[in-house]
Amino acid sequence: MKRIDRSSKVRTHFHQAKWDEPIIFELSTPGERGVSVPKAGQAVAAAVGDGVSDLPAALRRKERPALPEISQNRLLRHYLRLSQMTLGADVNIEIGQGTCTMKYSPKVNEQLAKKLWEMHPLQDEDTAQGILQIFYETDQYMREISGLDKFTFQPGGGSQAIFLMASLVRAYFESRGEDRNEVITTLYSHPSDAAAPAVTGYKIVYLQPDPETGLPDPEAFKAVCTDKTAAFMVANPEDTGLYNGQIGELVKHAHSVGALCCYDQANGNAVLGVARAKEAGFDMCHFNLHKTFSSPHGCSGPACGATGVVEKLIPFLPVPSVEYDGKKYYLDYGFADTKYGVTKVREFMGVAPVVLKAYCWIRMLGPNGLWQATKTAVLNNNYLFKRMMSIPGISAYYEDGNNQRVEQCRYTMEQVTKDTGVTSGDVQRRMMDFGMHFWTSHHPYYLPEPITLEPTESPSRKDIDEYADTVAHIIKECYEDPETVKTAPHRSTIHQVDERWMDDPEGWAITWKIYNRKYND
Amino acid sequence: MTKIGLIVNPIAGLGGSVGLKGTDGMVEEALRRGAEPLSNARAAAALRELLPLRDTLLICTGADQQGGSCAESLGFKTRILHEASPRSDAADTRALAKKLIEEGVRMILFAGGDGTAADIYEAIGEKQPVLGIPAGVKIYSPVYASTPKAAGELARLYLAGTLTTLREVEVLDIDEELYRRDRVDVRLRGYLTIPEEKRLMQGRKAPSPLSEAAAAHAIAGSIIRDMEPDTCYLIGAGTTTRRIMERLELPNTLIGVDLICNKKLIEADVYGSRILELSEGWPLKLILTVTGGQGFLLGRGSQQLTPDVLRKIGKENIIVVATQKKMAALGGQPLRLDTGMEELDGQLAGYYRVITGYDQVVVAKAE
Amino acid sequence: MKRGFPNHPYIPNSVPEVEKEMLDFLGMKSLDDLHKNVPDALMFKGEMNIPEAFGSEYEMRRYVEELLDRDGDGKKYLNFLGAGCWQHYVPAICDEVNSRGEFLTAYGGEPYNELGRFQTQFEYQSLVAELVGMDVVNVPAIDWAQASATTCAMAQRKTGRKQIILPEILDPQKRSIIENFGRATTEFVTVACTEDGQIDLEDLKKKVGKDTAGVYFENPNYLGVIETRGEEISRIAHEAGAESLVGVDPITLGVMAPPPEYGADIVCGELQPLGIHMNYGGGLAGFMATRDEEDYVNEYPSRLFGIAPTTHPGEYGFGDVAYDRTSFGNLRDGAKEYVGTQAALWGLTAGVYLATMGPAGMEEVGQTCMQNARYAVQKLNGIKGIKANSLGGQYFKEFVVDFNATGKTVAEIQKILLSEGIFGGKDISGEFPRLGQSALYCVTEIHTQRDIDRLVNVLARVLA
Repeated sequence: MKRIDRSSKVRTHFHQAKWDEPIIFELSTPGERGVSVPKAGQAVAAAVGDGVSDLPAALRRKERPALPEISQNRLLRHYLRLSQMTLGADVNIEIGQGTCTMKYSPKVNEQLAKKLWEMHPLQDEDTAQGILQIFYETDQYMREISGLDKFTFQPGGGSQAIFLMASLVRAYFESRGEDRNEVITTLYSHPSDAAAPAVTGYKIVYLQPDPETGLPDPEAFKAVCTDKTAAFMVANPEDTGLYNGQIGELVKHAHSVGALCCYDQANGNAVLGVARAKEAGFDMCHFNLHKTFSSPHGCSGPACGATGVVEKLIPFLPVPSVEYDGKKYYLDYGFADTKYGVTKVREFMGVAPVVLKAYCWIRMLGPNGLWQATKTAVLNNNYLFKRMMSIPGISAYYEDGNNQRVEQCRYTMEQVTKDTGVTSGDVQRRMMDFGMHFWTSHHPYYLPEPITLEPTESPSRKDIDEYADTVAHIIKECYEDPETVKTAPHRSTIHQVDERWMDDPEGWAITWKIYNRKYND
Repeated sequence: MTKIGLIVNPIAGLGGSVGLKGTDGMVEEALRRGAEPLSNARAAAALRELLPLRDTLLICTGADQQGGSCAESLGFKTRILHEASPRSDAADTRALAKKLIEEGVRMILFAGGDGTAADIYEAIGEKQPVLGIPAGVKIYSPVYASTPKAAGELARLYLAGTLTTLREVEVLDIDEELYRRDRVDVRLRGYLTIPEEKRLMQGRKAPSPLSEAAAAHAIAGSIIRDMEPDTCYLIGAGTTTRRIMERLELPNTLIGVDLICNKKLIEADVYGSRILELSEGWPLKLILTVTGGQGFLLGRGSQQLTPDVLRKIGKENIIVVATQKKMAALGGQPLRLDTGMEELDGQLAGYYRVITGYDQVVVAKAE
Repeated sequence: MKRGFPNHPYIPNSVPEVEKEMLDFLGMKSLDDLHKNVPDALMFKGEMNIPEAFGSEYEMRRYVEELLDRDGDGKKYLNFLGAGCWQHYVPAICDEVNSRGEFLTAYGGEPYNELGRFQTQFEYQSLVAELVGMDVVNVPAIDWAQASATTCAMAQRKTGRKQIILPEILDPQKRSIIENFGRATTEFVTVACTEDGQIDLEDLKKKVGKDTAGVYFENPNYLGVIETRGEEISRIAHEAGAESLVGVDPITLGVMAPPPEYGADIVCGELQPLGIHMNYGGGLAGFMATRDEEDYVNEYPSRLFGIAPTTHPGEYGFGDVAYDRTSFGNLRDGAKEYVGTQAALWGLTAGVYLATMGPAGMEEVGQTCMQNARYAVQKLNGIKGIKANSLGGQYFKEFVVDFNATGKTVAEIQKILLSEGIFGGKDISGEFPRLGQSALYCVTEIHTQRDIDRLVNVLARVLA
């Protein structure tokens, strides 16, 4: 026997699990049961009858819902197979989802979160001192990290946090009787930095990236920032991974015309312990606890957009807030003008399990660990950057040797596309043949053929090398064997989806019900 | 059998390879310099992408160099509709185009340059889906795909039914005289309809963008809502500005400028002194769109907007509209002004709030 | 200034040798070089006043466990709280599936590498569609309040009208959320409720008009009251050209008629009762559902997953349905909403729950809730001074208990119950002054006869 050859740098033999699993309704057999359900006690039934006869006939369900009937074993098998066909961050080198900060979600935190399962948000505060303390202390930590004065954990996601910030802006100016109807943001900030203020009723003014630096032009900002501006809402670093060092001047100017400044710190992993909202002068900021602070993404929630404000905005925060009187933790309902305030965005006081996981993560890192996480994340990103830029055909805009990225980077493969016709969408699908993937960009594309990557502090150097080696391998394929890339994926769970049905009202099938109605040959 | 049309302009691109900046009127010179015609090779590269559909396609085209030989050499079933004159020219392009419409083809692929696109527009207008295979020297019109291969792919997706949306694009032309003297002057010649490219796999964490047509519709809505009473508005030419007239249910001049007031048409296709005459005593505003891939805001091609008119309007009364996609394609580059009068250019330069949607603007520098 | 944390288990490249090699590879001298583009004025030069890290995972775990072990919950206490978050049984399979690392840590991949996520979301959409009697269901919203806020906004956009009618009996925090969300575009008008807690039809007729975009009502409502005249309400709305918007607790729909049967155009509700733990309020997830009509599908702000073929015959593929983006036939001017991370894992869980329960299970759980609730009402009414189901109407699992005649406040009673190991129903005397000292009690399938008898015995003893 010779030593088995494991020298390949790239997973050419990867194949994703492919169960070809039916849609759940197809597993149904009449009479099968997935779980037995508690029945009312005999004496109860004797006392009140069947209960449902009390309902007026018109409100009684006449036909059972057409839910499938499946035994528990087969159900479990179905879902576990589907889980095997899902490449979560736990399973792959999760570098590709740039701007999502897909770092490792420690399992100990998942186990601790189980303690919250049976807690009711309205239970007496004396019986919830533990979780309230965790809310309170996490608030303190967020204040230290950002330099701001008070945090709320009510928003259930980053976009909702941005909506809360926009609501706070509105409430603030209403209280002052000032009529301001515009919000300024940049095109490389998250689309919600525009969409959420738009819901609040603001007109949106976008700043474009300077074609050389990739950052917004301060003169353009000053040209449009007037006494009609309610707020400057911006992400820093932006999706390109560039840190805007001029942010302080923009904030100063905004303040000089009486506008508020809202800091989207969804990309906060770049600056923990390094740069804060406070020194940049911001009036409020938000963090994504399910990104920077390690709570898992959950297929897209549950999540928490922790939002912090300076002192003058505290009265406008949604009710209740978690406070401490020296002896006890309690929920303060009393500080707003109306029962729940005018900026409430979510029921109850916050997304407890997400806050708990963030708390535990912070307690395992401490101030030195937070700083280390940021530094290593940025080191990883720059290491990846150098490796990516040495792949022929890959480049990054705004690159003049000085415009170093921090946490993430948006690359472009436009040269490869020019040479070979293969697009970033094609390469994205081919990555899946190696057990990886990446994200391109939000629309519209300011950078052609984009690839946005963010290693975070979680991968090892070997992981980063494998990722870069895979990208290099595929780019080489673009030149030598483009057809394989364009028709990818080949080793994934399914082949290319025929997307034309997604836009056609006659043809789309958003549920199994519709699918059967429209397609029943 | 799906019928598609193919028009190859055999002399397109002749000039470029021998250092001429265009081919119009320069064919003899080009041939004298030893130029090789490229357009048929380009057309073939595009048609290769359609080979998977070969059995279902019937290519209607012109004889020999106008497309017939190219199609036949790749094994497509062809039907010849036109015999070009020995030195095939614009008249032949137009004639074949008209015949293809009569024949009832599903789409027309054409290989050429800006001049070819303008000829096709003149012949058939914007009702029929077309797609350009780049083969000319000057390719400013967005009707062309980025490469012949990309053109073929886009056509294939459209014919297979995977892409179903169409969008209108401008047909542009450069004043060749000026171009040879290193000055760029873009003119709008018309509009053509092409399949809209869709990015597969969209909508990750944010909604998918609006289609061009939907975006233009939203922009028009925003403009109309904010129109001031008793104010004259000049509506410039372009796919985005056209929507304003359409939403107001007013007829609009395709390549010209119309004057409206209180949402009624005052006069169509106005120019220079006539504009000043009609708007005497009234406030005057101008609604302009950004032209072509060069980001042209005002150029010498916009003849109707004479320096006197522009001076009366002034920078604060110029309203610029463009879809987000168009602005993104400029990548943050400034918009270009070239009225022909340096002082006026200076007065109109500066920052503009380009309306890109409903209650949504993008700040752009014009210089 | 201490800095750095070498060899941290969550940070592989914090190994000093590796860190140095990587810095060398980049031609950098120290980690400070990594932030050279942050100007000095923006640099944080202080120390964060955060506790030093625990020395080990064991110490952190022990600390947090001891902290949380002190807390009570619905297992340690007998829980009768509802009001927006309810205790139901979570089948073990639900937790087994949603704790799988693959699902737990997935996010924004494609139908190729995250087929399971797409398929489970599609299945959840389909299962809820069957339950609520609609065709189209969205990927979960953050909670019922957000779902109802969006439902109102959808009606507003679809009709182009400014006014939404909300019922007088509505969770005040929901009202606050809906009003905040719709402030820029919508005028909210309240319709009164009658003594028995249902919508006052006469008042509704007066308030509905040509400006009304929709009438929103819940079934059962915040006080547990079942709305028996939904058909009338929908008719009144439709006659005025308005939409009928109904919010539901989906666990009722195994025994109760789904809202489309009484004229609902948009259905919304809370998924938490379907296999999701209460999580101290962190287990909420909202849904919206409509018919498969362009006008409605056009208005969803969130993602909708659809099924489609692939290039290989026989394969199920999925993708994002994105209709309005390409056609402007029905385009409304004005902002759609923002899209972002919401509560997808709970949608997956609700799907697992519905598939596990099946039609028989949903019928059984609904029946058991109703029987247990009625038993509780009957027994409580045997106590002097208490009026259970004081509003008098139909109810499913929640009902108002009137303590006015006891001479004690609800707050006092709550404290006593607490000392006996019971979470009494929510004190609503502040929210609904006209009900005086009243509380909202919730009884579900998790309450046994002994549990209910225990509550009754304690109250009887306390109020004797």
